[in-house]
Amino acid sequence: MDPILRVTGTALPLDRSDVDTDQIIPAEWLKQVERSGFGRGLFSAWRADPDFVLNRPEHAQATILVAGPNFGTGSSREHAVWALMDHGFRAVVSPRFGDIFRNNCTKVGLVPAQVEAGEGAALLAAVQSDPALEVTVDVDRRVVLAPGAGIEAPFPLDDFTRWRLLEGLDDIGLTLRHLDAIAAYESGRPAWMPALSAPAGGAG
Amino acid sequence: MGTNEAMTLSEKVWERHVVRRAQGEPDLIFIDLHLVHEVTFDGLRLSGRSVRHPELTLATMDHNVPTTDLSQPVADPVSRRQMDALEANCLQFGIALYPMGHRNQGIVHVIGPQLGLTQPGMTIVCGDSHTSTHGAFGALAFGIGTSEVEHVLATQALPQSHPGTMAVTVDGQLPAGVTAKDVILAIIGTIGTGGGIGSVIEYRGSAIRSLSMEGRMTVCNMSIEAGARAGLVAPDDTTFSFLEGRPHAPKAKAWERALDDWRSLPSDPGAAFDKEVVLDAARLRPHVSWGTNPSQVVAIDGEVPDPEQFLDPSQRDAARRALSYMGLHAGTPIRDITVDTVFIGSCTNSRLEDLRAAAAVIQGRRVRPGVRAMVVPGSMEVKAQAEHEGLDRAFTGAGFEWREAGCSMCLAMNPDKLSPGERCASTSNRNFEGRQGPGGRTHLVSPAVAAATAVAGRFATPQELD
Ligand code: SF4
Repeated sequence: MDPILRVTGTALPLDRSDVDTDQIIPAEWLKQVERSGFGRGLFSAWRADPDFVLNRPEHAQATILVAGPNFGTGSSREHAVWALMDHGFRAVVSPRFGDIFRNNCTKVGLVPAQVEAGEGAALLAAVQSDPALEVTVDVDRRVVLAPGAGIEAPFPLDDFTRWRLLEGLDDIGLTLRHLDAIAAYESGRPAWMPALSAPAGGAG
Repeated sequence: MGTNEAMTLSEKVWERHVVRRAQGEPDLIFIDLHLVHEVTFDGLRLSGRSVRHPELTLATMDHNVPTTDLSQPVADPVSRRQMDALEANCLQFGIALYPMGHRNQGIVHVIGPQLGLTQPGMTIVCGDSHTSTHGAFGALAFGIGTSEVEHVLATQALPQSHPGTMAVTVDGQLPAGVTAKDVILAIIGTIGTGGGIGSVIEYRGSAIRSLSMEGRMTVCNMSIEAGARAGLVAPDDTTFSFLEGRPHAPKAKAWERALDDWRSLPSDPGAAFDKEVVLDAARLRPHVSWGTNPSQVVAIDGEVPDPEQFLDPSQRDAARRALSYMGLHAGTPIRDITVDTVFIGSCTNSRLEDLRAAAAVIQGRRVRPGVRAMVVPGSMEVKAQAEHEGLDRAFTGAGFEWREAGCSMCLAMNPDKLSPGERCASTSNRNFEGRQGPGGRTHLVSPAVAAATAVAGRFATPQELD
C-alpha cells in the first residue's frame, strides 16, 4: 500500500443511496483469479446508459467519488474496492458506509470519508453544478475540503488507521509484530474447541 | 470495562478473544474458525507467509459450483480454474477441503453448523458477508474482505474496532404461517439497510427463543442486510441439543465443560445496549420484497407502495428507481403479481427444515404451467437427508427441479441465472438489481410462500391454496 497524505482532484457525483457492492462490481466479474483489471467492471450494469455519470467526459479525470448514504453495503467482496481504485478513484465520500466495505477500503488504500448527511448532500450538489470543483480528502487532518464551494467537512478516522494510511503500512506486517501475544493467547484456549485434521485424501 | 459490569453476549465473546489491547489502536482479536471458499493465496505466497493454523481453517466450494450433473466436467473454464486453484492451495498449505462432490460439501454457512464446527462463544470469520449466519449459536461471526482473509491465514488474528451493540427484541407468539424469514424481513423493513451499521445485533425475546436453530440461522443470516457487522442469539437448550453428537462437537467430559462455559455467555440482566428496537410478533405477517434492497418489503396482504408517499427524499428516489427496475406499479396488490421462476435455496433458506416446509406445501399439487421452479439444497448432507425423507420426489412430482448443493441462483455465478425482466420468488437474501442475473427481478420470500407461489403462479400463502 502506498502512503496517502491527501487526495486532491475533481469528484464524480453519484447521486444514489444504498449502492451495494453488487452494483459496484457484479458477480460475473468475480471469477478472475488476478486482482487487476476490475475497473472495467465498475458499475457495469449502469454503464450501458450513456448518460450514467461515470460516462460523462467532464468527470473522466475524477479521483474522488461522492455518493449518497449506505454506500458499499452488501457482499464483502473486496473487488468493489479494487474496481474503484483500478478506475482511478483514491477516495470515496458518503454519509454512511457498509462496515465491511469501509474496512476493505482502509486495507487497500482507498480513503473512506464518512461525512455528515447535510455536508454530504452539499458536496454532491456542489460537484454536480461544477464538475471542475477542486476537492481534497485530507487524511492527515481528517477533513474533506472544497474551498470553491465553502465546504469543510470533518470525517472520523481512528488514529491507528490514519497512521497506517499516512505511512502506507501493511496491516499483516503490523500484526506479525505481536506473535508473542498471539502465542500466549493460543496456549490458554480451551481444549474442547474444534480443530480440523489435515487433508489426507479427504478432509477430516 | 470492569469485570463487575453487566455485559452483553457480544461483549463477552469479544473480551474473551482480545489478544492485545493498546490505547488508540483497534483490539487484536483471535479467530477460532476461518471458513474459506474460492480464494487464491497469491498475496500470502508473494510475501512468503504461511498459514498459521491450517487446523482452524476449513475450505469448501459453493459460489460457482454447477448444481446440475456433477459427473460432467465444469463447463465454465474460469470457475474450473478457481476451483483448481483452491484445491492446489489447500493441498499446499494443509487445509481441509470439501470439494465439489464430497459428501460434506455445501454452502459454507450450512456446513459449519452441520458439522458442529460452529459453537457458542467462538469467533468465526469468512470472506463472505453472510458469515453472520453462525451467530445463531451465540458465536461472533462476521464477513471479511480478501485482505483480511490473508491476514487471518497468516496470523489467526484480526485487528478490529469495537462494534456497537444493538438489541432487537421480538416478543409474543408468531401467527400461523409466519416464519423466521418473515421475522427478519420485517426487522429490516423497520430498521432499514443501514439500521445496524457499526453494530452487532442481538436478537432477543420470546419469538426468537421459540425458533429452531434453522430459524435462528435464517434471522442471523440476514443481519448483514440490515447493515450489521454480525447478528447473535444467546445459546440455550435449543442450541445445545442441536449441537450434541455432531462430528466436531465436544464429547463426554469436554461436552460438560463446554456446556458450563456456554451457559455463562448470555447477556447479563441489565446489560445496556447502544440501541434497542422492539417488534410485536403477533402483528407480523408473511412478507414479500417489492424493491431492490431488502428493506423494501411489505406484508403479502399489502400492495406495491407509492414512492411519492415516502417522506425521505433519498428513499423516495430509491423507491422510484426500484419500481421502474422491477416493472411494478404503485397500488398493485402483492397477490396480483405473477412470477416466472421460483428459487428455493441459498444460505438463508436451504436447510432441511426449509425444504420440509416447502415440500409440505407442494405435496400433491403441481407447479403452475409456465413457471420454472427449482430447489437447491444447502449441502450434500441436506440433499441426502431430504432424499431419505422422500422430499425430492415430492418436489419433482410437483414439477420442481431438484439440484445438487451450492449457491446457485442466489448470486448468478454459476449457470443458474434469471434473464432480463424475468420475475422470481426467491428464498435468498438479496434482491439487488441484477443479483440473480442481469435485469432479473427478485422478490424475497419464505420457503412456504415460495412453494405456494410456485403453485399459484402469483404470490400466495399456503393457506390460500385450494
Ligand atoms: S447462498 Fe448466496 S448469500 Fe449465501 S453464501 Fe452463497 S452466494 Fe452468498
